[in-house]
Amino acid sequence: MPTTQLAGKSVEVNDEGFLVDPNEWTEEMATELADLHGVATPLTDRHWVVINFMRKEYFENGTGATVRKLGKASGVNTRELFQLFPKGPAKLSAMIAGIPKPKGCI
Amino acid sequence: MTKHQRMVILGAGTGGTLAANRLRRRFSTAELEIDVVDQDNQHVYQPGLLFVPFGLAEPDDIVRKRDRQLHKGINYHQCEISSVDIEADEVHLANGTTLTYDVLLVSTGTKLLPEETEGLDGPGWNKDVFTFYDLPGATALAERLEDFRSGHLVINFFDLPIKCPVAPLEFAFLADWYFHDKGVRDDITITYVTPLDAAFTKPTAAATLSKLLDEKGINVISEFNTGEVDTVAKKLISFDDREVEFDLAVVIPLHGGADYVHESPGLGDELGFIPCDNNTLQSTVKPNIFVLGDAADVPTSKAGSVTHFEGEVLIENIDAYLHGREMVERYDGHANCFIETGYSKALLIDFNYDTEPVPGHFPGPVGLPLLKESRINHLGKLMFQSFYWHALLPGRDMPGVGTHMPKAGKHLVASGDKS
Repeated sequence: MPTTQLAGKSVEVNDEGFLVDPNEWTEEMATELADLHGVATPLTDRHWVVINFMRKEYFENGTGATVRKLGKASGVNTRELFQLFPKGPAKLSAMIAGIPKPKGCI
Repeated sequence: MTKHQRMVILGAGTGGTLAANRLRRRFSTAELEIDVVDQDNQHVYQPGLLFVPFGLAEPDDIVRKRDRQLHKGINYHQCEISSVDIEADEVHLANGTTLTYDVLLVSTGTKLLPEETEGLDGPGWNKDVFTFYDLPGATALAERLEDFRSGHLVINFFDLPIKCPVAPLEFAFLADWYFHDKGVRDDITITYVTPLDAAFTKPTAAATLSKLLDEKGINVISEFNTGEVDTVAKKLISFDDREVEFDLAVVIPLHGGADYVHESPGLGDELGFIPCDNNTLQSTVKPNIFVLGDAADVPTSKAGSVTHFEGEVLIENIDAYLHGREMVERYDGHANCFIETGYSKALLIDFNYDTEPVPGHFPGPVGLPLLKESRINHLGKLMFQSFYWHALLPGRDMPGVGTHMPKAGKHLVASGDKS
């Protein structure tokens, strides 16, 4: 697996750029990951609602939420999700939250 | 097991039927009473829906009565389910009946939710915008396709999960063949619109399928998340305000769990699916509730083959549960799908939670070709319908095809996945 420098630390990422170990993630990394993947920074409170929801889902259920679950349960509706994380809210917010690509994308 | 126990099975589709029949064979009626509930008495062979729009199957060919598929000694209730009280171990039916259970199996599948996409129920629904995911839709589309001679055909699924994620691609392939056959293919543009970043979710299969789409002159628009369908102006509008115009759209509406799940506190998740252990299929809601098929929130395709392979594991685990033994059987996420590609050919893919579809042969080195077009795979798909009614639903084992994904005939080095 390749490694990359994020917030001054060397972390392992997979071929698509997702962090291999979600426990290595820090809040500082989120901004750098957002910059790398085309999400406007500085991240707003609304971005953080989604990022925190994704991490909570991952640690409770073993996977981040899909777009539909985010739209129904995160407190941010689907249209706004696409404004915050253009093109792929579930994939991008998982990337920035330092968790694997959400399952259910089968 | 000495004492008499009660089993209630919700849903008499693929999962509920095969589970009821297998359990009936295994336990005497003195040991286990089995009640099955479904809201109607029409069992649709769902893989057949793909063929109806092209006149390759008649609606009557793919429907049978639900109760006729159940063995003797199984009580069938044709009634809507109102709710499940998971604390009291009771199922409430719309006709006022209450069924109590020692073990509950939820196998009510998934339903189409066209109302969850803005505009989809507009005046152009079933006129210029169709789905083939239910029998009325597939039948209406057959008539419309017959008259469609020129213009832009768009095929679009809105978001996963959907039943049989390869079916929209198969529809595109069959449409290409159908219009060629009628001599109008040159006057029709076909576009496949997907929210995914490629033709399919698994990389190796996606590459093969993209090449096929390209060869057949089918355009692909990816990462398009439909938020609205304007059935009058005839365009798809994405959440990020991109538009795709069409003359005829074939869409796959969003899917969710059955309605009663939302009326049953604690039973399902936001989408109405039942959380469960991915390997034992025991719900995480309560130990005496199990889940089979599309109703389960497991990270694999919603498909009949999944239900079939899950079923064998589930029966062993319900048996273990009833006897107070440890559940040892593990479902591995095994799925197996024939993909129709037109011109009487088909591909076959076979995969599980950890191993993506790769080339090779199934179920062993001498077998059906994987991830490669062939006539024999098409025949396999056609023959499957008979197997479905006469072996899968009655709960008979299929020689040579086991529950777990076989590795013997596969070129696994081609896979980038861990396995």
